[in-house]
Amino acid sequence: MTRVPAAPAATPRGRRLRAWLTEPRYLIAGLITLVLVLGQWRFAILGDYARLATALGVCVLTELVFSWFVRGRIANLQSAYVSGISLSLLTKPQAALLWPFALGAFLAISSKYVLTYRNRHLWNPSNFAICLLLLIAPDSVAVLSHQWGNDVATNAVIWFFGLIIAYRSGVLHVTLTYVMSFLVLAVARWAIVGGPLGAEIAPLTGPMYQLFVFFMVTDPRTIVRSRRGQMFVVAMVAMVEALIRVAGDAGLPWLTPLYASPALFALTIVGPIALFTDLWRQRAR
Amino acid sequence: MFPTTFRRVVASLAFAVGIVGVVFMNRATIHPPASSAHPGFTLEDVTAIAGVTFVHRKPVLDEKLDNIAPHIAALGASVSVADANGDGRPDLYFTTSRFGEANALYLNNGDGTFRDVAREAGIADLNTVDRGVSMGAVWGDFDNDGLEDLLVYRYGKLSLFRNLDGARFGDVTTDAGLDRWVNSNGAIWFDYDRDGWLDLYVTAYFRSDVNLYHLTSTKIMHDSFEFASNGGRNLLFHNRGNGTFEDVTDRTGVGSTRWTLAAASADFNDDGWPDLYLANDYGPEELFLNDHGGRFALVRVGLEADSKSGMSVSIGDVHNRGRMDVFVTDISEKGYLFQGNNLRLNLLAEIGRFENIAKGVVADAGWAWGAQFGDLNNDGRNDLYITNGFISASKDRSYWYGMSKVAGANKSLFEDARNWPAIGDASLSGYEHKRVLLNRGDEGWDDVAVRVGVTDTFDGRAVAFADLWNTGALDVIVANQDARPVVYRNTVEPGHHWVGLSLVGMRGHRSAIGAEVTVEFGDETQRRVVDGGMGFASQNDRRLHFGLGRRMQVDRLTIRWPSGRVQTLGRLEADRLHVITEPDGGR
Repeated sequence: MTRVPAAPAATPRGRRLRAWLTEPRYLIAGLITLVLVLGQWRFAILGDYARLATALGVCVLTELVFSWFVRGRIANLQSAYVSGISLSLLTKPQAALLWPFALGAFLAISSKYVLTYRNRHLWNPSNFAICLLLLIAPDSVAVLSHQWGNDVATNAVIWFFGLIIAYRSGVLHVTLTYVMSFLVLAVARWAIVGGPLGAEIAPLTGPMYQLFVFFMVTDPRTIVRSRRGQMFVVAMVAMVEALIRVAGDAGLPWLTPLYASPALFALTIVGPIALFTDLWRQRAR
Repeated sequence: MFPTTFRRVVASLAFAVGIVGVVFMNRATIHPPASSAHPGFTLEDVTAIAGVTFVHRKPVLDEKLDNIAPHIAALGASVSVADANGDGRPDLYFTTSRFGEANALYLNNGDGTFRDVAREAGIADLNTVDRGVSMGAVWGDFDNDGLEDLLVYRYGKLSLFRNLDGARFGDVTTDAGLDRWVNSNGAIWFDYDRDGWLDLYVTAYFRSDVNLYHLTSTKIMHDSFEFASNGGRNLLFHNRGNGTFEDVTDRTGVGSTRWTLAAASADFNDDGWPDLYLANDYGPEELFLNDHGGRFALVRVGLEADSKSGMSVSIGDVHNRGRMDVFVTDISEKGYLFQGNNLRLNLLAEIGRFENIAKGVVADAGWAWGAQFGDLNNDGRNDLYITNGFISASKDRSYWYGMSKVAGANKSLFEDARNWPAIGDASLSGYEHKRVLLNRGDEGWDDVAVRVGVTDTFDGRAVAFADLWNTGALDVIVANQDARPVVYRNTVEPGHHWVGLSLVGMRGHRSAIGAEVTVEFGDETQRRVVDGGMGFASQNDRRLHFGLGRRMQVDRLTIRWPSGRVQTLGRLEADRLHVITEPDGGR
């Protein structure tokens, strides 16, 4: 029988590297890089590398300038990296337009320094920017929908790694609460509006939702503190989304701008209210 | 360092400027700067005056498709132009798509009016339960007898009609070996092997085992919104020259199953052999290069990753470079989807690829369908007419939200039509305004639709160009879904000249389909191909029309006949139609 030699003790440098690699925020950055690479490899999801370069470049530059100018120190660029890639994946503008990536990236990052309460930004940056673009520039900008080939295998890979990383990052309960809430409310919507149940569940199997459940609703900077509170808020996001969807089925004209992406708008509505309330209650105590 | 408050104020101001920037840039996208110069032509709707009373009716499908029937039944209006009776004037063939309804052949009376003779000609009552309903038709003299024959394609069986005497047609489908069920939205004639006989390429949309009127399964839809490959199989039929056709799809390698909606042919790589360009729904466009009439090669020329929903393919020389460029229509709907039309410059000789230069008004034409290149104001540059609009029903309800539920989903859900939300009476990109894009050369393109008189909001499908009244101006005929067609008479302001060419093949087939003509006038060079089917469910007049601007003559004319022969002619007088017959001698 061969004796397996004991693994050498990790050096301080090795420990630092391992800690860095298992740090939740870097796991998240790794996951979105995986999404980007898979999407580009299988489906040329970006359309044009200039879009990625623009979104990523402006996000990083804005983060550098605003963090230095507003807070007097250079911020970690992980958030800018995730926002830049999110925007390049989610934004699907009219042909050849690059300005939605540039201005969207600028607004996403600058919102972190402007739309704040008690030094916390209230909106997930890319969620805020996408919704703002959809509201004030719908003639130029649409959101990711079917540009992923509608393929099981690619989705399965992202869900697999996404769930593992959500677990490692301590936000799996947020992701699962949203998914369960969506499914329950899909059945409720189906009971209300009729039609095929598959159509009500269908959005959850799309690419936009992968970005949504792994990168937006779980953003540690824009969710409330308590675990129970996080689950409640994300269930509320699903609820507001369901209401928008029912309105879409009813064809309510005054909510038309929201129908292009109910989940993103639901988070944009619920997220800041929840965080503001949470911060306000902390202060009151 | 500045005080904290000051820094926050500056940051907030920058943030506000960013928002204003978005609003400003969005407005610039909607309202691009346009030239104030007059377009130089007007289009007048003369449909009623011309006596064209035809109305398209949409198909009635198996009730298992009721939830999305308006979507599936949204095609079938087509128009094809040819001189059916050989009197020197272009005639019009329209298809309708309901059982029992009649297609129409409008003969051109030459006095501004038309008369429908389809029933007497035997090509009216073609929409039957056993053969399916018409989706379009394409003219071509397959037997080289000097008379234009007609192929009708359906969601159902093909039908080939031989033109017997210019007034009557005989159904020769079975004898020709074309009695096939193909759920087709397009077909073109071209002589792929240059043997002097017109061959036939038929595009397929739904699989051939699908009978939309008697379904055995509702699992008939595409397996991806961007990369679908489970559509019907396109077919290439080789004309044996004895009245029969042979299926050579496998041998030639052109049996794409990518939900093809339109095909067009030209010699894109200048090797003297006609190539095939396909616009595919739910997938990338495809270019098949012809390898000396034997096989076709599907080539990587920058189309394969650019996946969209191709509806129509038109070929034209965009910048007077003497090249065959391509325009493919796609879908744009604000907030939901910007697939954008493709205007692809042919740079095969330089970099081995096409380069998409579409932007602004060229890229976004709503849910665009048929389009054609043509010089509408005779200024020497090719303009674009684009029709659009998918389903115009309720003005208050849109199906875009309903469709978005399944569009991004996993394919197993939307492959089955039963899983689609019901459309009901909702519209889907309905009541859209058409685009007439004027080519201003280096200054770009202007949408002059309203200024020239195009204001209809029908659900347009097919567009064809023809100088209907031999006035030296390209008139526009648009077939609309579940509505009347529109015949636009074009009046060009004086001062611009033109030349028309009618080609007669001798060594190759008589129609001269696929002949490519390059005219040189002043310092301009423009190239056109004789049309064997182009756009969406449409065919332009076989005669070629070139605007010359202020030039009074063509300096040089080069014709590459389908036989491969190249003929060069010297000066040609402007403002008249020239009939050119292929020399019958040696090369």
